[in-house]
Amino acid sequence: MLLEVKNLSIYYYTLTGVVKGAEGVSFSIDRGEWVTFVGESGSGKSTVAHAIMNIVPSPGRIVSGEVVFQDRDLLKLSKEELREIRGKEISMIFQDPMTSLDPLRKVGDQVIEVMTVHGIPEEEARERAKELLEKVNLPPDRLDYYPHQLSGGQRQRISIAMAMAFNPKLLIADEPTTALDVIVQDSIMDLIEALKAEGTSIYFVTHDISLAAERSDKIAVMYAGKLVEFGTVEQILENPLHPYTKALIEAVPDLWKEGKVRAIPGYPPDLRNPPSGCRFHPRCPLAKAGLCDAEEPEFEEVEKGHYVACHFPGGWRG
Amino acid sequence: MSEPLLKVENLKKYFPVRRSILETLRKEPPRYVKAVDGVSFEIARGEVLALIGESGCGKTTAGRTILRLIEPTEGKIIFDGTEITKLSHEALRPFRRRMQIIFQDPYASLSPRMKIGDAIAHPLLVHSLAEKEEAREMALKMLKRVGLTPEDEFYDRYPHHLSGGQRQRVVIARAMILKPEFVVADEAVSMIDVSMRASILELLESFRKEYNLSQLFITHDIAVGKLIADRIAVMYLGKIVEIGPTEEVLKHPAHPYTAALIEAVPSIARRKKEKKIRITGEVPNAANVPPGCRFHPRCPFADEKCRSEEPKLIEVSHNHFVACHHPLI
Repeated sequence: MLLEVKNLSIYYYTLTGVVKGAEGVSFSIDRGEWVTFVGESGSGKSTVAHAIMNIVPSPGRIVSGEVVFQDRDLLKLSKEELREIRGKEISMIFQDPMTSLDPLRKVGDQVIEVMTVHGIPEEEARERAKELLEKVNLPPDRLDYYPHQLSGGQRQRISIAMAMAFNPKLLIADEPTTALDVIVQDSIMDLIEALKAEGTSIYFVTHDISLAAERSDKIAVMYAGKLVEFGTVEQILENPLHPYTKALIEAVPDLWKEGKVRAIPGYPPDLRNPPSGCRFHPRCPLAKAGLCDAEEPEFEEVEKGHYVACHFPGGWRG
Repeated sequence: MSEPLLKVENLKKYFPVRRSILETLRKEPPRYVKAVDGVSFEIARGEVLALIGESGCGKTTAGRTILRLIEPTEGKIIFDGTEITKLSHEALRPFRRRMQIIFQDPYASLSPRMKIGDAIAHPLLVHSLAEKEEAREMALKMLKRVGLTPEDEFYDRYPHHLSGGQRQRVVIARAMILKPEFVVADEAVSMIDVSMRASILELLESFRKEYNLSQLFITHDIAVGKLIADRIAVMYLGKIVEIGPTEEVLKHPAHPYTAALIEAVPSIARRKKEKKIRITGEVPNAANVPPGCRFHPRCPFADEKCRSEEPKLIEVSHNHFVACHHPLI
């Protein structure tokens, strides 16, 4: 097992109350495995991604849990030890590549710097930078550009090139294609897939479950800070057990499917004050009074590798 | 068929490129970004036309030029039989009420200091359609209509109290309170979670039924087009390259670009099927339009003719037009 997250909880201590951004999240990612985290805004999928790198932004705090990466709990490491891992063994790309690119410096210098901070001599880093650009299908002269001279898709390619510098064991991709057009999105997904083919595990975050369908090995569904279902792509898409997973699948427009999409009624809850019992119960067609609004369902394995937190897993089948 | 509500003929919008001092001294000719470069289409009453394309294809400029939020460089815009292209601002006023726009970014298009109820009532006051009290009543009704209930509670909230989906409902309510006949919806669901999109699209659909509302639905997502549009127009570098009935265009795309757009959309149903057509690269800069067919540098089928001769829109099946020397059907 490459990464094992155990009982991870992250709270944001805001002026208006404690936002339970993620609570009791447990899962694991194998070597070379692509796991996609799906959920609406505020479901906690990015929060967990940040916690793995121990970069939860203030006023957020990791209040409990372990992040075991290659047998070491990352949450117990010193800043120096973490810095050694970040960018080298675990890399991250974001929705907006500008968050990781300095607008005032040429992209080449920034790609090179990723390597020199980890002790690679400048000359060698410069050579490798050219190779990396070739890998992400950019001409080497782009190294002399400033970030604003590149398109959104090209900037994302640069951030992937930086993430690839050390053949990381794990790539965390936080909605890297959300701001991009579909054709560019497709080519960025190809790049991530190529990285996976070289043995890198992928933690991928998206709100679009159809994007998860095509490339991932496993899907994790998050709702209101909780992991509600986890399994292989086939298990989740062909045999969804949580009513929220089913609703997500039916809400996505699909060019290759006849029939209408169905909107999910209601809105995600305010995590300052999450609903009692199962957090999905106010929006759930199966919710039973006295049970779902009172008792929180356990996250349990119902078939091999397929986990769900629901009092009526698959209950709509009658 | 009766007279279309909106007719756009050979619409062009060129933005001048600022010249460097050197270029000015050399008296080089001015250059233009040809954002919209000869676009024609019609929209019938109650019809939804989806205008689809990647960033920078000119779809947003086209939408704004039609409403004369941007002045066209050339061409005609005919709304309900009246050419509005050259109307003075005064003469345009009554048309402004009948044509509305819904912007992509509900964060940017609502004033953070205005209560959402007042924001919805505001257009009524601007167009002198109601007095203050009456406008308030109508805004309350509209809040309920778009599903923001309890409406008297929502009336007093500010945009930052709302989720993205709720804000987009406010933006729609504000446009719909004037009972427009035509609306330009510019990427109206692009910034919203996929799970919330369906309900916003249902809301727009309900207004189409209630007002017989015509829509120009601008989006980069052809899958959204499938859900709501009667016809689809695909735009590339300032030109419409394909236009036709939604089913027909999606099932039998005739332009390689349309086919590539369709292939690139992720799908649960299709999962992991081989893609038939793949294009690479990005939309080139509209200040530097390639000669011949604009799509040729990215097209897997391009030949000599494509590099030199610009294809015209031709009808390949009933009401289905494509601008390509080698249409796929």
